[in-house]
Formats: sequence, C-alpha cells, structure tokens
Amino acid sequence: MSPVPAAIEARALAKHFGATTAVDAISFAIATGSVTGLLGGNGAGKTTTIGMILGLIAPTSGAVSVFGVDMARDRYRVLGRMNFESPYVDMPHRLTVRQNLRVFGRLYGVENLSRRIDELAESLALGAFLDRPAGSLSAGQKTRVALAKALINEPELLLLDEPTASLDPDAADWVRSRLEDYRRRRGATILLASHNMGEVERLCERVIMLKEGRIVDDGSPRDLIARYGRESLEEVFLDVARGAEWRERSA
Amino acid sequence: MSGANPDFSLARVGAMVMRYLYLMRSSWPRLADLIYWPAVQMMTWGFLQTYIRAQSQAAGVSGRMAVAGGTLIGALLLWDTLFRAQLGFSVSFLEEMWSRNIGNLLISPLRPIELVAALMTMSVIRLAIGLVPVAFLAQWFFGFNLWGLGLGLVAFFVNLALTSWAIGLVVAGLVLRNGMGAEGIAWSILFFFLPFACVYYPVSALPEWLQGFAWCLPPTYVFEGLRAAIVAHAFRADLMLEALAINAGLLAAGGASFLALLRSARKAGSLLQMGE
Repeated sequence: MSPVPAAIEARALAKHFGATTAVDAISFAIATGSVTGLLGGNGAGKTTTIGMILGLIAPTSGAVSVFGVDMARDRYRVLGRMNFESPYVDMPHRLTVRQNLRVFGRLYGVENLSRRIDELAESLALGAFLDRPAGSLSAGQKTRVALAKALINEPELLLLDEPTASLDPDAADWVRSRLEDYRRRRGATILLASHNMGEVERLCERVIMLKEGRIVDDGSPRDLIARYGRESLEEVFLDVARGAEWRERSA
Repeated sequence: MSGANPDFSLARVGAMVMRYLYLMRSSWPRLADLIYWPAVQMMTWGFLQTYIRAQSQAAGVSGRMAVAGGTLIGALLLWDTLFRAQLGFSVSFLEEMWSRNIGNLLISPLRPIELVAALMTMSVIRLAIGLVPVAFLAQWFFGFNLWGLGLGLVAFFVNLALTSWAIGLVVAGLVLRNGMGAEGIAWSILFFFLPFACVYYPVSALPEWLQGFAWCLPPTYVFEGLRAAIVAHAFRADLMLEALAINAGLLAAGGASFLALLRSARKAGSLLQMGE
C-alpha cells in the first residue's frame, strides 16, 4: 500500500520581494486530517506562505505540493479540493449571500447546490440574511458568509488566514466551534494563520512558529509551552517574537 | 462533493456570466449607464448631421453631404461598438478588483481562459444592451438604418469585438500586475486609436507616413469597409478578411500578454491584496 501523501508539503520554500526575504527556505509537511497553526508576528511570512500554498504567489525557489500535486505546475488538479478564507479577499458586495454562494458553488462544481446552500445556511446560521446583499452585512455576518464560501465545496484542505480577526469574542468562539464541527465531520486538514493564541491553542494540534520568514519552532501547543517553560502559548509567542534577551529577562 | 475539473468548463464560464448578470440586475444605474452615453452621442452627432444636410441643401450640395452624414452616424455607432465592447470586457474584470474578489476566483478551479470567455460573453451582452436600442433610435430620429448594412454589419461587429477583446486582455493583465493604479488605462486606451483608425475620415486623409500604421489596426479596415458600404454600396470582403487576420494576431498577443502579466503578478505577490 502506498503511503498517504501529506496534505501539504513545502520543500525549501522561499520568497523574496526585491531585497526583502519574506519566506526563507522553509520545509514542513502537514499531515492529512490535522489542524496546524502558523504562528508569527506581523511580517513573519504567514500570509506569503499561505499564498504560495494556494498558488497565488510564485515561490522564488523551492516547491510546495498539495495532496502530492505540485502547485506551480498542476494546481488546477487540486484547487477543487481546497478552499480559503481571509480578510484580504472579499465577495461581490452587491450580490446577495445566496447569489454569491450559487456562483462559487458552480465554480467548484458542487452537486445539489441548493441543498448545500441550505445546509450551510443552517449550520452557519445564515438564514436571516441569505437574501441580503453581502455588502450590507456586519463584520460577524460577513465572516460567516466568507466561511460558507470556504466550505461550499466541502474542502479536504481548508486554509484560513486570521479567520476571526475583527470578531467579538462571542462571534469568534462561535466560528471556532463551527470549524471544529466541520473538521470532525469531514476529517479535513486545516492550516490556520492567526495572532489569536487562544484560538490556536484550542483548534490546533500542531503549531509552526515563524519569525522573519524562518521556522523557529514546531510542536504541539502543550510541548511548546513546556519547552519554553511558560504557562500559555501567548507567552511562548512573546518569547519567540522578542528573542533570547527578553526570555532571560522575563524568566 | 466537487465534480471533475476539466480543462475548459462551460459551467464555470456560465457561473461567471451569472455573477455579472446578478450584478447588472442589482443596479439600474449600471444598466442605464450602458445606454446613456451611446444615446447622447448619437443624438448630438445626428442633429449635427441634420443641420449640415439642411445647410448643404440650401447651398445645392445635398447629395454628397447626405452620404457624408450617413458615414458619420455609421462611424459613430461602430466606434461606440468598439469602445463599448472593450469597456464591457474591462469593466466586468474591474468589478472583480473593486470587490476584492479576484483572489477568491484565482484560488477556485476557474481557469484564466474561462474567466476570459466569461468577460467576452459579457462584452457582447453589455454591447447589445447599449447599442441595439441606440441603433433603433438612429433609424427613428435620423433615418440611418444600421441593420441595412446586412452581412457587412456582422463582419464589422466581429472584427471590432475581436479588437476590443485583444485590448481588454492587455488592460486586465496590466491591472492584475500593477493594481488599481492601472485602472485609468481601461477608460482611455482606446482613444489612442481614434485618430489612426480613421473613424470619421478615409485613410487617405492621413499623412502618407502614418497610413502604414493605420493599416496595422483592424478597425481601420472596418471603417473603410463602412464607407465603401455607404458610399459605393459594396461589401469589401477583402478588407474584412485582412482585418480578421490582423485580429487573430492581436488576440493571440493579447492572450499571451494577459498570461504573462498574470504570471508576473504571481511573482510580485500582488494577487492576494488587491482591491480599491
């Protein structure tokens, strides 16, 4: 029996923008069915890494494959099995939520689309605004709609970039619960970039820590907390972000 | 849950066309805008033509001026065809940029060629919405029967549409590569061709050294063909075939430019954070 390919495999993946190194030859593999967090401060290279996984950004060197498919050469073979949510992209404001979901459902070749939209409307509580223009919704409602779009094709791989940014704690908690439900039900692989340590601790079984484009640590939240001798992932994050001097001072 | 992912899917093209039709349906000002300018332009030039004709009749040169007036209205409608077809393509593409939706599309199974096919379809739909009522207005107000051009009209439309799409592809690529700073090009690029494509005057009116350049532009053949149709009542198939050949080259160059600029945008990392 051939081994199951990693959901994502990055090999010496690098991206330079002129003289700036955004991602510096990182290598990692994400196991199928796992939830992994990409953690790092602003400019650590999280979004660039996700962009390269999606094929939106061409690596300067190295390679990334999804389900064994090279994203630089063959991404259309796997794009239908993955999806993405980010505050950096939006949906047409004048279209209603239902119209947006219909369009994306057809782009992804979703069968029984009306039923799928009904399911999403129920599980993400979209019913009250399903026929309202997407641009007229509150930040929390927009996030739920973006999540519905990201789940329309029941992706095997879900990439999330700050999925709960700009949400109040209640709405953010609600979104996390839906993500946990989806992952449990579908057995999907999730890669999550976030600044929210509570979110990462709750959702992720593995955390890859990035700083200045490099992987500086990698492990389960519990292992990382133990390794740094801290009480929370937030303290670990500060240790990594501020460096050894800070670590010694604050120990 | 997702179906197969063929290299070209009419269903995905249809999904994009549906997206633009939803948008059009949601906003009556967008629809009205499609008809407004062509109608205003046609009325302005039509009344000018009527005035000149009346003055010519008074001066005893009515026959020649009536023909000149006919070519003016015809040229105006065909120029608007070229302009509206390019805008129909480019504005539909810009809608994706304005709504910050391009990232969603580029990570979906939608292929660039399918997006382009949807933009071409929208260009034809927007053109029809804008120009069909205006062509009837031209007939009603000024007695200019565009439909009377028959087969020539089809050839004119096809050639102008092909040119507009080639230009639209380059504009879309430039916006992808350079962001919304390049948006203005979509509105102004076509006017560069206005003096050289000999819309309102024959190629012979240009200085000799410019005539070679004019004959490199497919619209030049269309406008010369229009004058031949109105003045000599002849359909110049030779001109249309030459325009078609140049258009084939232009479209291939436009498609190659679009793909090259898309590749360049991926390299520059500009596709994730595009918007207004």
